[in-house]
Order: sequence, then structure tokens, then C-alpha cells
Amino acid sequence: MMRCAMAGDGMLDLMLWLLGYQLLGEVVVRLLGWPLPGPVLGLLLLFATLWLRRSVPATLQRETPRFLGHMSLLFIPAGGALMAYGPLLRSHGWQLALILLASTLATLLITALALKLLLRGRHK
Amino acid sequence: MNPAIVKAVLDSPLSGVFVTLLAYRLALAANRRCHGHPLSNPVLIGVLLVLLWLWLSGSSYAQYMNGARFIQLMLGPATVALAVPLYGNLARLKRAALPLLLSIGIGGAAGMVSAAGLGWWLGLEQPVLVSLATRAVTTPIAMSLAGGLGGVPELAAMFVIVSGILGAVLAPPLFRLIGWHDDMLLGVATGVTAHGIGTARVFHLSETAGAFAGLAMGLNGVFTAMLLPWLVRALGLG
Repeated sequence: MMRCAMAGDGMLDLMLWLLGYQLLGEVVVRLLGWPLPGPVLGLLLLFATLWLRRSVPATLQRETPRFLGHMSLLFIPAGGALMAYGPLLRSHGWQLALILLASTLATLLITALALKLLLRGRHK
Repeated sequence: MNPAIVKAVLDSPLSGVFVTLLAYRLALAANRRCHGHPLSNPVLIGVLLVLLWLWLSGSSYAQYMNGARFIQLMLGPATVALAVPLYGNLARLKRAALPLLLSIGIGGAAGMVSAAGLGWWLGLEQPVLVSLATRAVTTPIAMSLAGGLGGVPELAAMFVIVSGILGAVLAPPLFRLIGWHDDMLLGVATGVTAHGIGTARVFHLSETAGAFAGLAMGLNGVFTAMLLPWLVRALGLG
């Protein structure tokens, strides 16, 4: 019973941390007119906080992996938009599929190769 | 069935939430049944199940999103949460800060140019090209960029989702095939290419890969947001 209540509090505390930093990020971005998305600034601000504190609060340490383990769920709604593009997909579907496939492969390989070469340069 | 009941079910925001959660639950079960095979990716199967529901029920996308947007709303906190595993990799991050920044910039540019360039070569129209150029960044950034630069936000979202699924499915086997076994390398490349969907996938393989994917996704979003308006103007696409 006790443990159950504590686990519930953990998720609640996690949401307070995350929503707090996201809100902070959104407000700063809007006030300063930066081209940065609010959640990304929130990520950077939380990272800076952890860095200054030199440790991760126990709640964040424990609950974050559980939350991020279900990140895939959050992308499912946007996929429903595919339904609205029937006509374009019928006329240009193959071309678009080919472009996305080629571009995805190229981006994966170019990024990894760039990082590999840059890291090798440093070790020498 | 009684049309009034059907309408009441489809109009309720709860059905969008319920269907999304159920689709995800079934997709997870299928993913486990297939021992995590890349093609049984939970986003891919979940999206297909939602599309099946929309088609069978005759529900419109707007009706579905009425509820599903509450789930989509959690993407913000999930992005912020990536700061935690990233901090766990502070030592590696410090050692490789400059190579990381440079490779994410190079990869991000390659992502934009390859998609828009191929589209141009195949003779697609300009709004489609601008939307294609945003395909490697996370959904909210892609939609606002496409909208501001003469693209189509919903089209951008579709390209982002498809790219994310492709990247999530292809990256791990591709890297195994080539023999690159560094979690940082896999994470950064996946984050730049396949944003959150790829991040969610590699997070399951290793927390380090997930953390670097999250960082790469965030920084690529920032780079793209700064570079793309300039690129669109330079190429006269806008």
C-alpha cells in the first residue's frame, strides 16, 4: 500500500519537473522571439540545472526511464494524418517513398561517418 | 448499430484516447511476440492500427484528434525528460562536444538537401519540396517551419512520421551490418535522421544511444530552424 502511494507520487513529481521546465522554455522562447521550440529549451535548461547541482534528484533518476520507455506511444496520433493524403499518395506515392528512403539512408550514413572521422581526428 | 450511439462514440474525445492506447498496447504485444524485430516497430504497427480504426469506423481525422491530441501533448515533457539520460553521459559529452556539434550540423544539412534535392530532381512542386526539407526534424518544429516557409504543415508532419519510422526500422540493422558498434554513433545518427521515433527505438537498445539521439534530435531541430529559412531564400523556393 505504502509503496504503491510512493510510486504514484514519483510520477506526479516527474510531471511537475518536466512541465515546469517546458513551461519555462516556452515562456522564454516566446518573450525573446527565439526560433527554438520551447521543449528543446526546456531540455537544455533542465540539463544545465542537473549540471549545476552535480546530481540527479532521486525521483527523476527513477521515473524518467519508465516514462521514456513509452515514448513511442506519443507519435501514434500524428500518424493518423496519413489518411488525409490519399490523393497525393496515389499520384506521387512511389516518388515520395523513394525520396524519403534515400534521404533517410543518406542522412544516417553521412552523420555517422562525419562523427566517426571527427572523433578519430581527436584521438591522434 | 443505432446511428446516434455511433455518433456519440465517435464524437467523444475519449474514443481517440482509448483507440490510441489500445493500438499502442496491441503494437507492444506484437513487438514482444516478434522478439523486437525492427519491422514490428510499435509506432509503425500502432499507426497502422489507428488507420484501420479510422477506415472501419468512418471516423474523421479531426474527430480522432479531438482526443488523441492529449496524448500528442505529452511530446513536450518527453523532450524535456531527455535531459536526464543526457546528463548521465556527461563525461562522453564533454570529451566529444565539438565533433558532436559539427556532425549534427553536417548530418542535418545532408538531411535537408538530400530530401529537397531529390524531390526537385523528380520534378515535385515547391510546397512539397519545402515540406520535404523539414522531414528530419521533430514534428512540432517541422510543422511550424513548413507553415512559415510556404510548405504544407500537415504534409511535413506526414514526411516526418514516415522518415522517423524508416530511420527507426533501418538504423540498428544497418549499423550492425557495417560493423559500427558505438552507441554514441548510432544514437547521434538516429536522432538527426529519425528524431523522436528513432530516439524511442534506440532508447530501448541502450540508454546511452537514446540520450545521444535525444541531444542530436534537439540540436538538429535548432540548426534546421535557423538554416532552412536562409536556404529556402537562397534557392528561391519560398
